[in-house]
Amino acid sequence: MRMQLVRILSIIAVLMLGCDFAAAQSSRETIASVSPKVVKIFGAGGIKQLYAYSTGFLVSPEGHIVTVWSHVLDSDAVTVVLADGRKFEGKVVGAEPQLDLAVLKIPAEGLPHFQLADASTASPGARVLGFSNMFKVAAGDEQVSVLHGVIAAKTTLAARRGVFEAPYHGPIYVVDAITNNPGSGGGVLTTWDGRLLGMIGKELRNAQTNTWLNYVIPISELSQPVEEIIAGKFTARRAADSEQEIDAASLDRFRPGDFGIVMLPDVVARTPAFIERVTLGSPAAQAGLRPNDLVLFVGEELVQSVRMLREELGRLESGGQLRLVVRRGDQLVTVELPIPRKED
Amino acid sequence: MVPPLPTAGFGILHFAFCTLHFALFGKLTCSFALLCLVSSSLHAADPAVLKAQAERIAVVDRVATTVVAIFAASGQGGGSGVLISPDGYALSNYHVTSGSGDFMKCGLNDGNLYDAVIVGIDPTGDVALLKLLGRDDFPHATFGDSDQVQVGDWTFAMGNPFLLATDFSPTVTYGIVSGVHRYQYPAGTILEYTDCIQVDTSINPGNSGGPLFNAAGELIGINGRGSFDKRGRVNSGAGYAISINQIKFFLDQLKSGRIVDHATLGATVRSGDDRTVVVDNILESSDAYRRGLREGDEIVSFAGRPIGSVNQFKNVLGIYPKGWTLPLVYRRDTQKQELYVQMRGLHRASELMPKQPGPPRGKPKPEEPEKKDEPEKGESPDGEKPKDAEEPKRPSAPPMNPHDSPAAEIPEAYKHLLEKKDGYINYYFNKLEQDRVLAGMASFDSWKTVAGRWKLTGKTSTDAAFTLTLADNGIGLSLPDSPYFQSLGENDGDAIDEPAGTGGLLIALHQMRLLLTKGREIFSDFYYLGSEPLDGQGDLVDVLISRKDGIETRWYFRKSDHAWLGFDSSLGSDVDPAEVRFLDFGTLNGQLMPTKFLARSGEKEFAVFTVETLDLAAGAN
Repeated sequence: MRMQLVRILSIIAVLMLGCDFAAAQSSRETIASVSPKVVKIFGAGGIKQLYAYSTGFLVSPEGHIVTVWSHVLDSDAVTVVLADGRKFEGKVVGAEPQLDLAVLKIPAEGLPHFQLADASTASPGARVLGFSNMFKVAAGDEQVSVLHGVIAAKTTLAARRGVFEAPYHGPIYVVDAITNNPGSGGGVLTTWDGRLLGMIGKELRNAQTNTWLNYVIPISELSQPVEEIIAGKFTARRAADSEQEIDAASLDRFRPGDFGIVMLPDVVARTPAFIERVTLGSPAAQAGLRPNDLVLFVGEELVQSVRMLREELGRLESGGQLRLVVRRGDQLVTVELPIPRKED
Repeated sequence: MVPPLPTAGFGILHFAFCTLHFALFGKLTCSFALLCLVSSSLHAADPAVLKAQAERIAVVDRVATTVVAIFAASGQGGGSGVLISPDGYALSNYHVTSGSGDFMKCGLNDGNLYDAVIVGIDPTGDVALLKLLGRDDFPHATFGDSDQVQVGDWTFAMGNPFLLATDFSPTVTYGIVSGVHRYQYPAGTILEYTDCIQVDTSINPGNSGGPLFNAAGELIGINGRGSFDKRGRVNSGAGYAISINQIKFFLDQLKSGRIVDHATLGATVRSGDDRTVVVDNILESSDAYRRGLREGDEIVSFAGRPIGSVNQFKNVLGIYPKGWTLPLVYRRDTQKQELYVQMRGLHRASELMPKQPGPPRGKPKPEEPEKKDEPEKGESPDGEKPKDAEEPKRPSAPPMNPHDSPAAEIPEAYKHLLEKKDGYINYYFNKLEQDRVLAGMASFDSWKTVAGRWKLTGKTSTDAAFTLTLADNGIGLSLPDSPYFQSLGENDGDAIDEPAGTGGLLIALHQMRLLLTKGREIFSDFYYLGSEPLDGQGDLVDVLISRKDGIETRWYFRKSDHAWLGFDSSLGSDVDPAEVRFLDFGTLNGQLMPTKFLARSGEKEFAVFTVETLDLAAGAN
């Protein structure tokens, strides 16, 4: 009687879930089908603690790639390496920083890809596989690294300043696989039979406990903006986060770009105020500022981070001269730039 | 990057977010997972799951007996290892044994502590061979085939992480293969992990040297490294194991007691267009050059594996010992060519010597070790540094060997199992292997009483009559077209390429006469090298090496029955040797001897000699 019930239930189970389940895959088969849809991304970074690589996954045959929004994408173009070793230049076609989401495009066609519409969900205890470019171990046409684990929890990431500095707020999967590694962000979490569950979030450390969180953003949070970005009709959500508010409030104030300066991406708590680029022909270029100059003083104020630099620039008034002291090699150099007029 | 020997007081930084971890392994299907939820009130666990678990436990029980907990005799540090033969040979990492002294204490999960002695080391590949003592019936692991390992395969790592195994029963961790054929750059030392297996199985300090088993309990690798960048020396989801197939190639070399070296092609490669790999620079003194490889040639395959990236090339190169001959296919224009190329040594002997105490493991080394000893761009390849690998030089001050750990107390009963010599970690084992291989020459012992000259007559393959005379003052070969002569002796003994183009066939035959009549003692150096595929093909053969008056000879013996197969004698390291391959043996004039043999050099066959008569003069000449 019991056996019969089990049999009936199992038949129901198989029927309910269609042919996907009838062909229960081995992990080898799953890996063989998922790996070609995952790409390695190489871009900006390379400075201590800022890894110049990450992961992404293909969501269209024409080369649309979903990845995490990070400093790696700060360069004009990034290199995307497919599972077969082919290399392409990838361009950012859209981003939703609040979701830690970016979409890239590479000029290719006929690529293996995930169907976002077929993405799945899973509950705690479900066995999962994680695919990523962790530690940049896989070179050339080597396939990305695969980790196994289970979903430990489905919860909400409540990022709070001082604890988890992450722009993303929302539902996440917490997994027991160590997905929180350099380069893993933008990788995929799939079910044991290869259905897409989510995107591996970028490195996230709890500053109070000094622990790293292995978390994954469910696809359901990402699929709509991704589809809108691909369709070209995406508008970013209203800024809600306090940092964004500061930026919004300082819209009419001076920023590094007004002088032709591009700073190192502000990605850690106290990113040193290094100049990454100087726009050709800009006031900064005319004043002789160079990439890799470390800004020490804005006027009379000592600046210890990119953030402090931004705040100082934000206090400037139109007209007059801006005096900067920068460290170049082992020299201190003082430059003066004209402060342009801002139209209100 | 390299997990060093653990010390007490490690920091546990794991994110402790372990909720209930369903113990669902093995052939679990998703429909079952669902069913489990639906019918959890009906069933506690699926029989298939229980069966898979029982099988796993049985495998662990079986292989755990082979896992070795290594402790330095001084009591400082240690690591892991695995037994591979009933007489006690065990594998570990060089970076484990180098800190443990020549004699170690090894614990097995039977609760017993055994003495062990170092046998051989491969500093580049981070492998060490040791021998546990006192039994001839040790439980031992069986080798798997690491080329069959695929991403997603289940693996067990066993060993002694954090030196927790105080009762010597190993810690077991379980995970999947995350990547295969991984290349790990040298981490500030000569140590380089090529073609290794990446696992998410927890590998922690102390696991070093321990086994990685597949689900069937076969040994597929030796755990030795992890990506520990950010969590401070604990597992971060990426551990690396040296593939067992690489170790199989080196095993006989390690048994030789030598400090073994890895192969290099004698050429550097770079990425070409469209994922090709192109020869960038090649040493004119290399075998690859003599076989015809040139700058700009595209490498299609190497050692039977297709090459599509520089890393793939390094992966293949890194798993072979110095001196092996490997097939290489290259493309020039549209023509494909296959070559058999003998590999050079990657390092000079001095670079491989265990280093003085201070910097713990080797000195920093250039990023790309295959450029070692290669010409700089624009510099003539002739300007190469003299190589002294294998030719032990007498350094002004012999480097201190960390294996001579002063604190280590050598057990009296085993003192004789360790013998120091330049170029060796333990020469004692080389003598054992020499004796083993030379046992195959016992049937030639009657030659030891023959002192005078030999005169052989017969026919070549072209039906030309020949007379070959071997005497103490010279070797002569007379063929219908001309006579050839190599003088010997005190006044006039320079070895020459005679007949021209044979690589010095006459001096080579003289080496054979020396070995037969005088034995190994006549040579200035004589040792067991290890094994290699003869001429780059077929099964591994045992190789003995002799040196006398500047002539190096490699003697080949079949592994299964020690049958003598032939030899190569070289006049120098940058010319093709004279190769002699025995085709038949017979008894002439009461003496067992090769009666049919092939002589060639490079790829060029000189002749096949069939010996019909043997005349022996009494007394010296």
